[in-house]
Amino acid sequence: MTIRPNLIRPQSSHQWQDQSFRLLTLVFALAMLGLVGLMVLELLQGSWLSLLRFGWSFLTDADWDPVFENFGALPFLYGTLISSLLALSIALPVSLGIALFLTEIAPQWLYRPISFVVELLAAIPSVVYGLWGLFVLAPWVRTHLQPVLSRFFGYLPFFQGPALGVGMLSAGLILAVMITPIVTAISREVIMAVPTSQREAALALGATRWEMIRLAILPYARSGLLGAVLLGLGRALGETMAVTMVIGNRPEIAISLFAPGYSMASVIANEFSEATYALYLSALMEIGLLLFGVTMLLNFLARLMLWRLTGAVAGTRE
Amino acid sequence: MAQGMEIRNLSAWYGSQQVLKEINLPVSPNQVTAIIGPSGCGKSTFVRTLNRLHEIIPGARVSGQVFLGEVDLYAPGVDPVSIRRRIGMVFQKPNPFPTMSIFENAAAGLRLNGVDKRRLAEQVEKSLKLAALWDEVSNRLGQSGAALSGGQQQRLCLARALAVSPEILLMDEPASALDPAATLKIEDLIRELKKEYTIIVVTHNMQQAARVADQTAFFLNGELVEYGPSSEIFTRPKDRRTEDYITGRFG
Repeated sequence: MTIRPNLIRPQSSHQWQDQSFRLLTLVFALAMLGLVGLMVLELLQGSWLSLLRFGWSFLTDADWDPVFENFGALPFLYGTLISSLLALSIALPVSLGIALFLTEIAPQWLYRPISFVVELLAAIPSVVYGLWGLFVLAPWVRTHLQPVLSRFFGYLPFFQGPALGVGMLSAGLILAVMITPIVTAISREVIMAVPTSQREAALALGATRWEMIRLAILPYARSGLLGAVLLGLGRALGETMAVTMVIGNRPEIAISLFAPGYSMASVIANEFSEATYALYLSALMEIGLLLFGVTMLLNFLARLMLWRLTGAVAGTRE
Repeated sequence: MAQGMEIRNLSAWYGSQQVLKEINLPVSPNQVTAIIGPSGCGKSTFVRTLNRLHEIIPGARVSGQVFLGEVDLYAPGVDPVSIRRRIGMVFQKPNPFPTMSIFENAAAGLRLNGVDKRRLAEQVEKSLKLAALWDEVSNRLGQSGAALSGGQQQRLCLARALAVSPEILLMDEPASALDPAATLKIEDLIRELKKEYTIIVVTHNMQQAARVADQTAFFLNGELVEYGPSSEIFTRPKDRRTEDYITGRFG
């Protein structure tokens, strides 16, 4: 039985302070809700033409043709999802590895410089990443990575076709580099917050360092780690500049990661100024709406997953 | 018959601060040895040196010898991980793994040792019975260990430690976070378990030491002041400082 704090609020003369503070923070919090609501409303209004014209086929149509006024968003949806998932699958193990090294293994003198540099990476503007991707990463991918991948894994459909450099693979790689700092920084905080008593419980049972991580740290930190993944994914989904510069900007769906693609954020950035008639503009707005929806949906799914994960062995105490 | 321990010239440091000074103490097998003393006397550090848990803290250091049977735990080449599998430990605050079920908590150490599935369930049941928890949880082994009461959680931690059949059981103020009823239960268990294990229990509660311990050691400022059968320590202490402490003049 817990006592609800608002039942035992003291009747002091300073009550108005609490009251006004509550009101103020309430207004701020509601402002966020209002902002999101307005954004959705605005996006809906802007994409109304396109919504009426194409309906659900907007999501399933792979043809994006401004000349013939036919707009399908599937290639962009595909490009955004695949490049982000590719980035996440590269960045997550690397970030987790760095975070575990920093918290569990690194000596003090190494901990500080590495943490500093990792956080510094997060502060680099994305256009710089984009330039680096275009002039350094993409050529390297073309001359070094793609030949190796196609020689050893060429039997897989993901690694076929000509080595162009720019394309889905480069986009995934640059996104991986870009989200690694944030995923690392949050994972590190989350792992550091695991109580010493949990580590000691595992060690006292005769766990090695790796067994301690597996037994005590990762399970305890999993909800926080999921939060880190979500933030990284959110950044990858919405990243515009760097992706635009290396993804190839061709609205096509190809199984091969070597092929050029296009992402939702990139097409908005590239074509907004060229959208010469209302339906074109409206279709771009609808892509914005779609990007918003995808981000929301992924967040929701992750939360659901977390809820089921912790719900399975949920405690009734606390 | 369980193993005994023999501590020789044991000193411990945190950085440059010495917290244990030249401790010499025999620990008899199948007996309960209580470590008493005021806060900060080094008693917790002492038990943590016995399973080499002290050294995981950055800057922590130990010198001296701790014999488990014939083996010096601090001899070069001794693997602390294998040592900790032979010496179980129960901590001050119950620390079950919160994401694991009751069963998985009790099985955690067994899984590290790679015990096969069939023996696992057997061993888990045995250790939960040893910890006097089986009757309370046998119908909900799949539930979270975090859903138990504090006293039950502590007994779950005890079961987790006992499941791997250690030779020594270290208990660092195992009842200090528990209510009186749960405390009595833990004390009953300690008396019961000494038939099979050698037990070292740290406590700041002198009545508790008198109730459960065969031998009692009094620590003060990192030194072992006096050691002997509990009946003598608590009735006829030889050292003035021990007498002051047990009569409540300080600490």
